Amino acid sequence: MIKHARLALPLAVAMAGSALATGVAADELNLYSARHYDSDEALYQAFTEETGIEINLLEGDSDQLIERIQREGEASPADVMITVDAGRLWRAEQEGIFQSIESDVLAERLPDSMRHPEGKWFGFSQRARAIFYDPDTIDASQLTSYEDLADPAFEGQVCIRSSNNIYNQSLLASLIEHHGADEAEEWAQGVVDNMARDPEGGDTDQIKGVASGECGVAVANHYYYVRLLKSDDAADREAGESVEILFPNQDGRGTHVNVGGAGVVEGAPNKENAIRFLEFLASDEAQKLFASDNFEFPVVEGVAMDEVLESWGDFKKDEINVSVLGENNPEAIKIFDRVGWR
Amino acid sequence: MSRPASPGLAAMSRRLTHRFSPSSALLLAVAAVVALPVLVVLAHIVMPTDGIWQHLASTVLPRYLRNTLVLTLAVGLGTLIIGTGTAWLVVMCRFPGRRLFEWALLLPLAVPTYVIAYAYTDFLQFAGPMQSWLRDLFGWSHGDYWFPNIRSLGGAATLITLVLYPYVYLLARAAFLEQSVCVLDVGRTLGRGPWRLFASVAVPLARPAIVGGVSLVLMETLNEFGAVQFFGVDTFTTGIYRTWFGMGEPVAAAQLAACLLLFVIVLVLLERASRGKRRYHHTTNRYQQLPEYRLRGWRAVGAWLACTLPVLIGFIVPSGILAQLAVQEGDALLGSRFMDFAGNSLLLASVAALVAVALAVVLSYGVRLNDTPLTRMATRIAAMGYAIPGSVVAVGILIPFAWLDSTLNAWTKTHYGIVIGLIFSGSAFILIYAYVVRFLAVSFNAVEASLGKVTPSMDAAARTLGQSPAGTLKRVHTPLMRGSLLAAGILVFVDVMKELPATIILRPFNFDTLAVRAHNLASDERLAEASTASLAIVAVGIIPVILLSLAMRRSRPGSGD
Repeated sequence: MIKHARLALPLAVAMAGSALATGVAADELNLYSARHYDSDEALYQAFTEETGIEINLLEGDSDQLIERIQREGEASPADVMITVDAGRLWRAEQEGIFQSIESDVLAERLPDSMRHPEGKWFGFSQRARAIFYDPDTIDASQLTSYEDLADPAFEGQVCIRSSNNIYNQSLLASLIEHHGADEAEEWAQGVVDNMARDPEGGDTDQIKGVASGECGVAVANHYYYVRLLKSDDAADREAGESVEILFPNQDGRGTHVNVGGAGVVEGAPNKENAIRFLEFLASDEAQKLFASDNFEFPVVEGVAMDEVLESWGDFKKDEINVSVLGENNPEAIKIFDRVGWR
Repeated sequence: MSRPASPGLAAMSRRLTHRFSPSSALLLAVAAVVALPVLVVLAHIVMPTDGIWQHLASTVLPRYLRNTLVLTLAVGLGTLIIGTGTAWLVVMCRFPGRRLFEWALLLPLAVPTYVIAYAYTDFLQFAGPMQSWLRDLFGWSHGDYWFPNIRSLGGAATLITLVLYPYVYLLARAAFLEQSVCVLDVGRTLGRGPWRLFASVAVPLARPAIVGGVSLVLMETLNEFGAVQFFGVDTFTTGIYRTWFGMGEPVAAAQLAACLLLFVIVLVLLERASRGKRRYHHTTNRYQQLPEYRLRGWRAVGAWLACTLPVLIGFIVPSGILAQLAVQEGDALLGSRFMDFAGNSLLLASVAALVAVALAVVLSYGVRLNDTPLTRMATRIAAMGYAIPGSVVAVGILIPFAWLDSTLNAWTKTHYGIVIGLIFSGSAFILIYAYVVRFLAVSFNAVEASLGKVTPSMDAAARTLGQSPAGTLKRVHTPLMRGSLLAAGILVFVDVMKELPATIILRPFNFDTLAVRAHNLASDERLAEASTASLAIVAVGIIPVILLSLAMRRSRPGSGD
């Protein structure tokens, strides 16, 4: 064993050295990303081909990436951080991780709502939190809003995932903003009372729950539904086709949408490359890879969407300032805890 | 059961002890380095938090506690029974398939808890193949029948038990293999049948090893995250994540982690106290072929079933489900990138296993040479990292090393005008360090239990014959402990293969492992695609498990290899 120990130390040092070698060369970009889709590979390759800038990638969960950048401090190699949730963009900004960026390209290509006022972050895709229902048992005219989910008429019908999930936290955060904390808590209580089962599984499982008859109504992000419709598995496709999607609150404030976005990290060693990367993400080509390949809504006007998304037509989106979602997040979790939403 | 060594021997071993010898200095240094992140976490206890504890205590904390307790007890008991029972069967009984079971019983070890959770959920959930098939067969629809919900506390306890029992099995089997025939013969002469021999002689003698295995299982269960989160079973660990990341309360989260630690410390202390002054080394070194019980008829069938079921449910079925998913709609990245993932996983696991076993030997031999309250406590704290959830350990590591890096960078910048980058926190070094902090307990428990069985008179004899302490370790203990050292190495290796939270936070650029790949896909609800990487973790993990398990069988002292 002693012999082995002698071997191990130089090996560890050698590994440290080889890792050190990356991260200081000239034409590169250090990317911390909370996204991990297959289309990302193609996206990064396209960027490298266009600009000659190599991408060094570190994938992880948003919170952990934020934590890591904070801990790395001034010496952090991070240039750009990508997250998949507005609340996390807000948190990263609050922690002082992002720096302000001025870019004419981004200002021109992205709508106002997709840009932080000081250019600390930019949104590149949108995802709607939709309601799914069984058309055979549910009267869609009774179900038009998130608020209806708490209606006693749907007792024992509602499937929605655990409150550990950031999408639910952001949804409740938006309700806190629109109705105030007390009413939002009543709503959460109403949903808990209506649940068909204790929260379990992910978004896909909620939609499948409707398909199998376990629930009448489910809440999930829209792209999980499209994935089912386009699955290689016949059973998945069948499940998707037996379920209807509706975009809530069309008569009022609009459907809750979340944002996937990115920002340039404070003290980024390759700031110019970082800006080029963000500008690249706003190009038609990148928008297709970044948004459409995961069946999300692109944010640049005129970018081709998947035909399923196209078929839904335009729908009204809640124009709430997304930083509110982050601000209300801790309160949302406390409400979930109090009403026993697991 | 062996009583305390005779007064003369005890005095002799005391004389061999040097209170401030180089070995104890080495031990304290190693322990301090490994314990650093644990201490960083513990330091949070004294920090103030405003009102968050009242909120937690009045809402979710009781549930966290209840779930954690039930889960830990159920898994502890389950693994104790399965692990010890099967180990005894394959060591002491002869029945069809025993040779196969010897290593096959280890296979579930290669299956991470989150992977078995993915596999069975897909298979057993309401919309899954099993229930759909039942509904089609009997024309049932929703609500017509009862089916156990896999996403429950009971489901989590069952699945976790099935992949963790090999820890107990491995250590118990090593202990049974190392046991002296003489004690068993004495038992027989005194009229003990096979059952009573097992219960009143073999198990009590193997207690340090069995307890070591069960305590590994308990700690692994306490900080298990992937499966319980996937099942929506709220435990202390999921609560820590939620408090930290969801509520943005790192201090309260670290305090929860510290509570978890205290819980573990109490457990360990209780066990130590109940052992009292008993010692477990063998007083004789006569080894010969173990007397085996030949099982026939229903006994053989029973033994066969007892060994088959854990392997079937813990390994074969989930691997089958994953293989089917992988063939149908596997990972598009299969190919060269995949070899990189596997290579990284293997490299990290091998280096970490070597370092962890080497340090475990340093620590446990150090305590043997210098058995003082200080050294004992130092090693205990150093081995505590296992009980802390991976991501908390990761941050406990990042805090000091990121500080070290930025200080270093500031220094080189002022003196040489260059920025050297994150030498420690941005390289694979920090990963290896994290693994050692997390898994030292694994190797330490195995090595300590094994070293405890070598009678001090061996040390005394070696030293009388002029060996230095290091020479004694090399020429006497290491050969005797070879089986347990291998076992320790396997356990750490496989644990690192499966490790997720710390790897995600700490790994360097462009450095993905199989576990990371599987997690990334699964967290995006693409279980089918995650199946390829999951299967690869299992595949890469079983090869060393089988090889080393075979090597271990040959390592029984006196078996004449």
